[in-house]
Amino acid sequence: MSQRHPVLTMTAISKIFPGVRALDGVDFRLFPGEVHALMGENGAGKSTLIKVLTGVYGTDAGTITLDGQQVSFAGPMQATAAGVSTVYQEVNLCPNLSVAENIFIGREPRRLGAVNWREMRRRAQELLARIDLHIDVTEPLGSYSLAVQQMVAIARAVDVNARVLILDEPTSSLDADEVAQLLRIMRQLRDDGIAIVFVTHFLDQVYGIADRITVLRNGRLVGEYPTAELPQIALVEKMIGKELDALERLDSEAGRDRAAITAGQPLVAADGLGRTGSVAPFSLTIHAGEVVGLAGLLGSGRTEVARLFFGADRADQGRLAVDGEPTAIRNPVAAIGRGVAFCSENRRTEGLVGELSVRENIILAMQATRGWLRPVPRRKQDELVERYIKALSIRPADPDMPVRNLSGGNQQKVLLARWLITEPRLLILDEPTRGIDIGAKTEIQRLVAQLSDGGMAVLFISAELEEVLRLSHKVVVMRDRQLVAQLDNDDTLDADRVMRAIASGARQEELEKA
Amino acid sequence: MTTTPLAARGPRAWWRVPQRQVPVLATLALLLVMYGIGVSQYRAFSNIQVVFNLFIDNGFLLVVAVGMTFVILTGGIDLSVGSVVAMTAMVSASLLNDGVHPALVLLIALLIGPTLGFAMGCVIHFFDIQPFIVTLAGMFFARGMCTWINTASIPITDGFWTSAAQERIRIGENFVTVSVLVALAVVAVAAYTLAYTRLGRNVYAIGGNQQSALLMGLPVGRTKIAVYTISGLCSAIGGILLSFYTLSGAPLIAIGMELDTIAAVVIGGTLLTGGSGYVFGTLLGVLVLGVIQTLITFDGSLSSWWTKIVIGGLLFAFILLQRLVGIRKK
Amino acid sequence: MSTVKARLAPVTGHRLFWPLVVLVVLLAANTVYRPSFLSVELKNGQLYGSLIDIVRLSAPLILVALGMSLVIATGGIDLSVGSVAAVSGAIACLYISEQPDQNSLGAVLTALAIAFGIALLLGAWNGILVAGIGIQPIIATLILMVAGRGLAQLITSGQIITINSEPYKTIGVGHLLTLPFAIIIALAVTLLVAVLTRRTALGMIIEAVGGNAEASRLAGIRSRRITLLVYVVSAACAAIAGFMMTANVSSADGNAVGLWVELDAILAVVIGGTSLAGGRFYLSGTIVGALIIQTLTTSVYAMNIDPQTTLLFKAVVVIAVCLIQAPAFRARFRRRQAPTAPPAAPVEKQKEQVPA
Repeated sequence: MSQRHPVLTMTAISKIFPGVRALDGVDFRLFPGEVHALMGENGAGKSTLIKVLTGVYGTDAGTITLDGQQVSFAGPMQATAAGVSTVYQEVNLCPNLSVAENIFIGREPRRLGAVNWREMRRRAQELLARIDLHIDVTEPLGSYSLAVQQMVAIARAVDVNARVLILDEPTSSLDADEVAQLLRIMRQLRDDGIAIVFVTHFLDQVYGIADRITVLRNGRLVGEYPTAELPQIALVEKMIGKELDALERLDSEAGRDRAAITAGQPLVAADGLGRTGSVAPFSLTIHAGEVVGLAGLLGSGRTEVARLFFGADRADQGRLAVDGEPTAIRNPVAAIGRGVAFCSENRRTEGLVGELSVRENIILAMQATRGWLRPVPRRKQDELVERYIKALSIRPADPDMPVRNLSGGNQQKVLLARWLITEPRLLILDEPTRGIDIGAKTEIQRLVAQLSDGGMAVLFISAELEEVLRLSHKVVVMRDRQLVAQLDNDDTLDADRVMRAIASGARQEELEKA
Repeated sequence: MTTTPLAARGPRAWWRVPQRQVPVLATLALLLVMYGIGVSQYRAFSNIQVVFNLFIDNGFLLVVAVGMTFVILTGGIDLSVGSVVAMTAMVSASLLNDGVHPALVLLIALLIGPTLGFAMGCVIHFFDIQPFIVTLAGMFFARGMCTWINTASIPITDGFWTSAAQERIRIGENFVTVSVLVALAVVAVAAYTLAYTRLGRNVYAIGGNQQSALLMGLPVGRTKIAVYTISGLCSAIGGILLSFYTLSGAPLIAIGMELDTIAAVVIGGTLLTGGSGYVFGTLLGVLVLGVIQTLITFDGSLSSWWTKIVIGGLLFAFILLQRLVGIRKK
Repeated sequence: MSTVKARLAPVTGHRLFWPLVVLVVLLAANTVYRPSFLSVELKNGQLYGSLIDIVRLSAPLILVALGMSLVIATGGIDLSVGSVAAVSGAIACLYISEQPDQNSLGAVLTALAIAFGIALLLGAWNGILVAGIGIQPIIATLILMVAGRGLAQLITSGQIITINSEPYKTIGVGHLLTLPFAIIIALAVTLLVAVLTRRTALGMIIEAVGGNAEASRLAGIRSRRITLLVYVVSAACAAIAGFMMTANVSSADGNAVGLWVELDAILAVVIGGTSLAGGRFYLSGTIVGALIIQTLTTSVYAMNIDPQTTLLFKAVVVIAVCLIQAPAFRARFRRRQAPTAPPAAPVEKQKEQVPA
């Protein structure tokens, strides 16, 4: 491989957003005829790197060389024209147009100025036959499954003369058969000499197809490795890293007696709960006063588990019991009625209403349960909002400031406050400490410990293992949309063991325990 | 591995209608049923001239609805059409009254609509303001211009206009007017444009997913401005046909026409959210409206407002049908 | 209170600044043209004057626009208000016209109750189409916009129903406590809507649904009920406006009552600073918007220009206001200023660096 010239070289790429280095001197090489996995957790810089490559962003430093020529694209369209195409998870085609048209629109075969439909159909069929896809190309694209749509997008990209094909999480919503076919197509394209950048969270797929792996973490290059020389456990370690800042031990840690907490009836018990295409059936119990940590890589199904508990998505398999009573949580209203609260990881899209003030955002859930006819009295609002602004040190301490003007950490605290005033029995926190500074992070961790001491059950989702280990009584490991291990957080549990579970799945752990 | 799970659709049975054509076929069926009712109830209805009259009476509506089809296919809307029709008729009448040469009048009249459409398209595209509001302003503007030109109706006596209005083109026993030929020509050109030109295909692509269209490198801005210009042009042609029909320009004519055109387009099977529909459907939609009108006229005991109620009911039925087809697709 | 902050902020930044400037300029222009414009006099215990006329004539529009504000705040739109006004006006007039004693207060009240009830049903119909079936608001309400007009004509049998009922006439042209009754009704409804939305949690919940529907769902808000409710409220407001319009002329013309009022109402709401995309709504802004539109119309009348020509001015105002409020337009002409993007974005990005 080393004798060949790379088709694409990115050297010392830096990208600075106001006050932040999203990419810091990252190198990336891509050879023709290889599948190159780009790996990294949230904020690692994967998507920034791709956006820099395809011209969505400009670079602040560094060079991009395509076929030995230095390039700088003004946008994805220019990149496509130069042979760098991207296929996203959300297929960027037009569902209302026919398959054939989606492949050829903008460059339709024409005769005497008129679109030559027959020729277009013929060429589309030919093209799809090459990737072994035999479908009716005159049907609207939208009538086919997402997998087919993605393959059509790939066919279009390839036919536009792509030499570099970027596949951004293409497999996230596909089932096993579809994934297999997609991987087969990728192999075929690779054998045809196309260079493929493969962004995914599924380790099995990476090890199934990738020739090399580049790992990014926090905007820096961790390294580039041939897949065969990088064991899964090493990959996970490189992606997650080790927390360097040793935070003070939390006061409550000593007083945790897991046996006492889990003695009684579980607060919430999921039995074979699952949702097709989202998360495989799992069983999990959470007791009052217990902190259950959900660990796993991004996209491993952590959030999906949380959403089932909250009724944000409806489970189509299994049973759920609250206080031992079977119950169906069909929607958030039902969940809130049962004392479940959910802080989404997407604060802006699923959490806060940016236009509304801090006060309004804090009382929103409480107000929703009361119904609009019984407004929370102003005095009570003031009291609650003031208390929580102080308790969580939300800054600026102005209850009437639109919440979108707050920083990420403070927005997170507002969201937390919203749920705390509803006095939930089970608090689900999805990445509550992501994207916020260390001070705020410690505050939130301490708060979680306090709340569980006070008898609240907490489902704590985080990509940071140290954090999960520090807070949880029990660590649940997700991998590739499956619950693969439940580990008691005793003295024997450390980050390495959790990482091994993430990397290799449950079997090992279960065997050890048995 | 086999490809069966992905290519789950087998060859299409001959009787299975493509889903996107369901609304158009429903409209066609409706039209035939209504015509059948007419023929069975009233003897005079079976006269072929009744069909021709449908075209004669609704020629200008058809042309305007064709323009609206372009706009709606991109997911936009054009509320200004009725006013632009009136303005075009007013300008023509007023200029002819002043003794301007008919050819020049025709040229000017045909330029005003597209210019306004182009301007509205630019505001919609460059400033990202909702089409609803921009074309509402266009509607106010054009209607205001009408009364600014003259508050009263202006009769047209020009020779070219009157001969265009009165010329009867014989087809066997029956006849059509010049307007009908113009309208059908517009339909044909529009159908060709939508099906066989890049502009037409881009219109569908934008209506399907504007973001994707942009990423696929299609000229989204240019296309959007183009459809409002086309709608303006169609309104202008419609205005001239209307002035042939009434031989006058009146400031308050064609009020509420935008509703009729939108109704015709929707009943013709075009999705109001864009991306799906045919000019042929719009033709059927206009004919449905025309037949309702004719039936009510023939009946004599039914009053004209039933037209609106029936149109409302049909709108409801077709929107529901669109919604059901949409759900089934998912 | 937030008004304190608003006062401290530069006056020009206040959302009501530009609408008020337009209103003042219009009033000033009228005063220059006709110095007696601003005078208000008391005759027979009743106030008269151009200003009073403007407010009285804008009362129906204010009513419709209030309801429209709530609908728009949820991210919807209601095109059917004009037709609903026509239907309810027609029903009321029809009922009264069939009474032996048209001046009977009881009969008038019954008429109002029947018409109002039917308007609520029409509103619920809209609400079910939008919230229940999930049809886009603009399309769903288009149905009733078209059919309702026919319905109104059906009720009046295509005629203009003329009535001779003093109590009914009072709604449009009567006086109470020196003020025209229409103004008092508009004030009362404004207060009612203000109380309904701001004294309860309805306003906030509407804004939450319009501002971020998914976040609202995850906060446990039953947004369907709220959506249904706003369309009912909108129809109720339109019905009262319909009574007022028909009472003004003591007759109901199914074709003409409330024609294009939906467009004026949407315009008033947009001028008042409520975004068509939904979210925060401003009842005070809506009222200023309605007053601007009526002042424009009245001025044009007063200056002996043909009333239809008002539309030319309206077109200019619509475009001007929308351009001023359009982010894309502002961005083009305010390059020198720092972008007004929320500071949270860079801050959060910065923080994302920290966890390691």
